[in-house]
Amino acid sequence: MGNSSSLLTQYDLEDLQNHTNHLFSQREIVSLYERFCALDRTGKGFISADEFMGVPEFAVNPLCQRLLKMLEGLNFKEFIALLSAFSARATQQDKINFIFRVYDTDANGKVTASDILQVLRDLSGSFLSDKQRELVLNQALEQAGYTKDSALTTEDFSKVLGNLKMEVEVPVD
Amino acid sequence: MPQLQNAASLSGAVGGIGEKTRDPSLFQPSASEVNLYQLHVEDLLSLNSHAEEDLTVTDLDNKLLLCDLLDISPVLTEAASAIIDDSFTRCFKSNTPEPWNWNLYLAPLWCLGVIFRYGILFPIRVVLLAVGWIIFMALFFPIHMALKGHDTLRKQLERGLVEFMCSVFVASWTGVVNYHGPRPSRRAKQVFVANHTSMIDFIILEQMTAFAVIMQKYTGWVGFLQTTVLESLGCIWFNRLESKDRLVVVQKLKKHVEDPDSNPLLVFPEGTCVNNEYTVMFKKGAFELGCTVCPIAIKYNKIFVDAFWNSKKQSFTMHLMRLMTSWAVVCDVWYLEPQTLHPGETHIEFAGRVRDLIAKRAGIKKVPWDGYLKYYRPSPKLTEKKYTPAPFFIGLYAHGSPKEEAVTQ
Repeated sequence: MGNSSSLLTQYDLEDLQNHTNHLFSQREIVSLYERFCALDRTGKGFISADEFMGVPEFAVNPLCQRLLKMLEGLNFKEFIALLSAFSARATQQDKINFIFRVYDTDANGKVTASDILQVLRDLSGSFLSDKQRELVLNQALEQAGYTKDSALTTEDFSKVLGNLKMEVEVPVD
Repeated sequence: MPQLQNAASLSGAVGGIGEKTRDPSLFQPSASEVNLYQLHVEDLLSLNSHAEEDLTVTDLDNKLLLCDLLDISPVLTEAASAIIDDSFTRCFKSNTPEPWNWNLYLAPLWCLGVIFRYGILFPIRVVLLAVGWIIFMALFFPIHMALKGHDTLRKQLERGLVEFMCSVFVASWTGVVNYHGPRPSRRAKQVFVANHTSMIDFIILEQMTAFAVIMQKYTGWVGFLQTTVLESLGCIWFNRLESKDRLVVVQKLKKHVEDPDSNPLLVFPEGTCVNNEYTVMFKKGAFELGCTVCPIAIKYNKIFVDAFWNSKKQSFTMHLMRLMTSWAVVCDVWYLEPQTLHPGETHIEFAGRVRDLIAKRAGIKKVPWDGYLKYYRPSPKLTEKKYTPAPFFIGLYAHGSPKEEAVTQ
């Protein structure tokens, strides 16, 4: 793997920066590109699910399967656009939108109780039964003023989730 | 960085070959763990006594509970952090050297260097290696056959020959090796452990002392050498892909260290080649043999060439070619003070302590990952152990009772 920053021209960098709304600095984009090339071992231009799962820290994450569906097969531009929600410069709305996308698997703009239950199942696995999860969730929804049949939108998510701290520092050398 | 102290002990629980053979029902957490959580939930769900009066729920309180459930940001942050940079991949990254700043005098000098290395040095080295091999083969096999009856003499000569051959190897890449510390002595009940960067670690150590090493069985010309020459030294083979192989190997190791006539045993507890900037977790196999452990730290100087062998990217032959077309391989070897198991220390702690000594001496960093994750995916048991549904219980404890009846499991 050669000196990969030489494969990104200044024009490319500016284009990528615009695409991510300037949420990453140019050095960060270069760093992310090196990382992308390191993960994409066969140089296909995208990272396969298997290559993501080769990162053990990622593979032990309970939400890894959901994130895989969002991440696999993306080219570099789409990859950093997706990850831009984790930049320190990202707005609360960006972060909420990302979390909404994780829940909203069918991408119809609505998150139902069953969508939430599925994510909760990923997180709590065999520690709780489905019935217990449902009970806890319904109770929580009612206390927040929703019902178990409500469909939540991004606005609802913004209301419910307060200030989110969700950032990752991109190492630049 | 999540702390996975259990990684070493769970190395046995690392899943089988490929994900297709993994049956999820085999990896449920233990019954007692599940019971504990069930008890908590039932406790909370059955708190009916302070129902309405104590619930001074304001709008803010209402939303807090749902927000605990919906807020997956910590989990997502860890996942994104792993994608962007993770300590495991860093262990196996070979840093390509920065290209020189080309200018009028450096470029021609570099070209001259290349011509010299490939055109003059490399052929000389190949010839040297070939001559060394011929001498070795011409002496080794006859001695092996002829002196069948006189084992002590035969073994002594064979050891001397192997040490000679390894010196020829080291000379063929112009190895500049600095040995520090007392040379290993032949004694029963001792095992040597070292950090692992490439197969040449073995050659570098072997030229000083004829160790019996435990290594992965290969095919090809390396495999041939293993079965002929290295067998006579008492080397032990294992197959990484056979999980049951482990017990058989431990038996062989135990037998070897008991025998005072056998060659000193050398083990690379990392189980795989790492890039000499980091160490992965040490497997406890070598530390359970009930003998003194003598740590050896090896650190390569990358000034002329990076000695890390990325077995997934290059064959050993290509790796050797690269070494032989570089100026020199420079490294330091430290023989450290022998260590024994402290009273009350577990084998895993012992392995960790020795790893700390080696990492400190060689000036390399430690990561809490099992080297075998290079070949296998982590078992789902690791995920279960790491992530407990805390938000549920924080939320439920903070906001008291539900109005419905308890659900019994």
